Amino acid sequence: MSMKSPFFLIHALFYNRPSSHMSLIKGLLIVFTIALSGCAALTIIPRTATADLTVDITRGYVEPMPLAIPDFLGTTAQEKKLGKDIAKVISRNLEFSGLFRPIDPKAFIEEMTPASILQPRFGDWRVINAQALVTGRVVEGQDQQFQVEFRLWDAFAGDQMLGLRFKSVKDLWRRIGHKASDAIYERLTGESGYFDTRIVYVSESGPLDRRVKRLAIMDQDGENLEFLTDGKALALTPRFSPTAQEITYLSFEKGAPRVYLRNLDTRTQEVLGEFRGMTFAPRFSPDGNQVVLTYAENGNSELYEMDLRNGQKYQLTKNTAIDTGPSYSPNGDFVAFESDRGGSQQIYIMDRNGGNVKRITFGKGRYGTPVWSPRGDLIAFTKQHRGQFSIGVIKPSGEGERILIRDYLVEGPTWAPNGRVLMFMRQTSRNPDTSELVTIDITGHNERIIFTTTAASDPAWSPVLP
Amino acid sequence: MIVKAKFLIPLAIVVIFAAACQSTPDEKVSVSGDSSSNIAEDSSISGSSEASIDSSDLDPSAPKPGTQEDLVQNVGDRIFFDLDSAVLSPQSRGILEKQAEWLRLFPDLSLTIEGHCDERGTREYNLALGERRASAVRSYLIALGVEGQRLNTISYGKERPYALGHDEEAWNLNRRSVSVIN
Repeated sequence: MSMKSPFFLIHALFYNRPSSHMSLIKGLLIVFTIALSGCAALTIIPRTATADLTVDITRGYVEPMPLAIPDFLGTTAQEKKLGKDIAKVISRNLEFSGLFRPIDPKAFIEEMTPASILQPRFGDWRVINAQALVTGRVVEGQDQQFQVEFRLWDAFAGDQMLGLRFKSVKDLWRRIGHKASDAIYERLTGESGYFDTRIVYVSESGPLDRRVKRLAIMDQDGENLEFLTDGKALALTPRFSPTAQEITYLSFEKGAPRVYLRNLDTRTQEVLGEFRGMTFAPRFSPDGNQVVLTYAENGNSELYEMDLRNGQKYQLTKNTAIDTGPSYSPNGDFVAFESDRGGSQQIYIMDRNGGNVKRITFGKGRYGTPVWSPRGDLIAFTKQHRGQFSIGVIKPSGEGERILIRDYLVEGPTWAPNGRVLMFMRQTSRNPDTSELVTIDITGHNERIIFTTTAASDPAWSPVLP
Repeated sequence: MIVKAKFLIPLAIVVIFAAACQSTPDEKVSVSGDSSSNIAEDSSISGSSEASIDSSDLDPSAPKPGTQEDLVQNVGDRIFFDLDSAVLSPQSRGILEKQAEWLRLFPDLSLTIEGHCDERGTREYNLALGERRASAVRSYLIALGVEGQRLNTISYGKERPYALGHDEEAWNLNRRSVSVIN
């Protein structure tokens, strides 16, 4: 399978390091670093963190950074439209992250010209308190090709922080916007972006006792929606492969629930493995060569690892309890799962081969759906206690449990590829007949509803696209 | 009188069905909803239940033996479970004993036993729990002499609730296994 990027060219032409200026923006960057590392003080220390600055601030609300993103310039009507639309995509992404506050274009003083996008009048931007400024332009080429170049400026220091040029086909203009958003986010926060990603989820419609559940896929911002299944059979718990080109999921297509493997490019699918009973709760290994799943027969659920290259299966658990919900650690050495072997549903970790099992949840209530962060530092879970559901995170050591959000039913967390944001499904007590997709930062702040055209559940966040 | 008898039949079905599956008041209202205003001028519903059973016995449209309707009305197609449990209660065992007897009468029939859960659990866990419930029913029927190859199981987890509410009453009705003729 080809892994080639659809972008023919990605230039980093104009990259200057703001090395000589100990500017305000640098101060700001440090603030961001503190905030981000502080909120995940339990986690891997960000690249740019400095020891003496990560002390005081634990998790908390970050005042969003005001920045200005004027429409990208163009000469033809088509170029102008693309320039406007791409600037809008970037603005929306950055705003959604909760870390940035795009300034209303009505407040802009400087009018962008071919000259000013290369040398803005920083004073005009400082006056409206824009800490950062993004300028850019669109140039059409032959055969539906086009080129976008943009620059990120530190408005207070007057420095260029980033300059990139993308070249692609027109159909992919939104992805250019997402790639640019990722680059800006990364430059300003020191964390990798997560905007050029997709979400696969279960689209729900119809009455609850005959609910139609179809697999749907869309961009992280809700655009480019596409249905993958027709809804005749129940489809549940889709999960991305590490290349985002395949998904594994549960379908009732042949009556009994079975784990399927589906190629998103060729649109072909197959039942995974030969099992006599039902299979469910699949998840890819970090290298994409294996799928770990649950196989249930005669009232007993066990975990198996399937090798996709040779069809071999390997049993990981063996007891009379329910063992399900497996998730690999990002280094592939461990598997987190849920089991009621101790009397109630709790989260356990074991070696990849099934050995060395240890329980990590000991709080009051039941714990399920463990999902290992792509950074490896945390495991997200669904908890039930006193009739309420919550989404939380815990260290693989079992320490540092934190609840991020509670409701009538919140379930099934999935990580943004940078390990900073979780998405999950929610049924509110006010309206439990429907469900929605929600994101929240691991700080517990910036709760957002993802727009979907129907009720939605079981989201899975893709890795950043190639 | 003719009018009255017409209403008594569906009413009888409702009453029997409700008794068989330990139904709730909610359900009766919805099933008999259409004719409720007419029934209101009749004698009380509870008072007429004995008479209505007679009239349904005489009714030529009574369920054919060996059909799903027969199973539902005369045997009981479902049993209920406690929270997070796949243990068969004495009452459930009674219903399954009737199912086993009934299956002996119709040796060509085979069943799919569906395992279901309430919505107060996580999706994957409930799929496993539903499988555990369906398997508990299957094992008991086998212990009662039903051939294993006549009994399939399937778990729907929490995906196919029977009662649509979001309260204890609905959850009690949804923690169930249902036997369905193949």
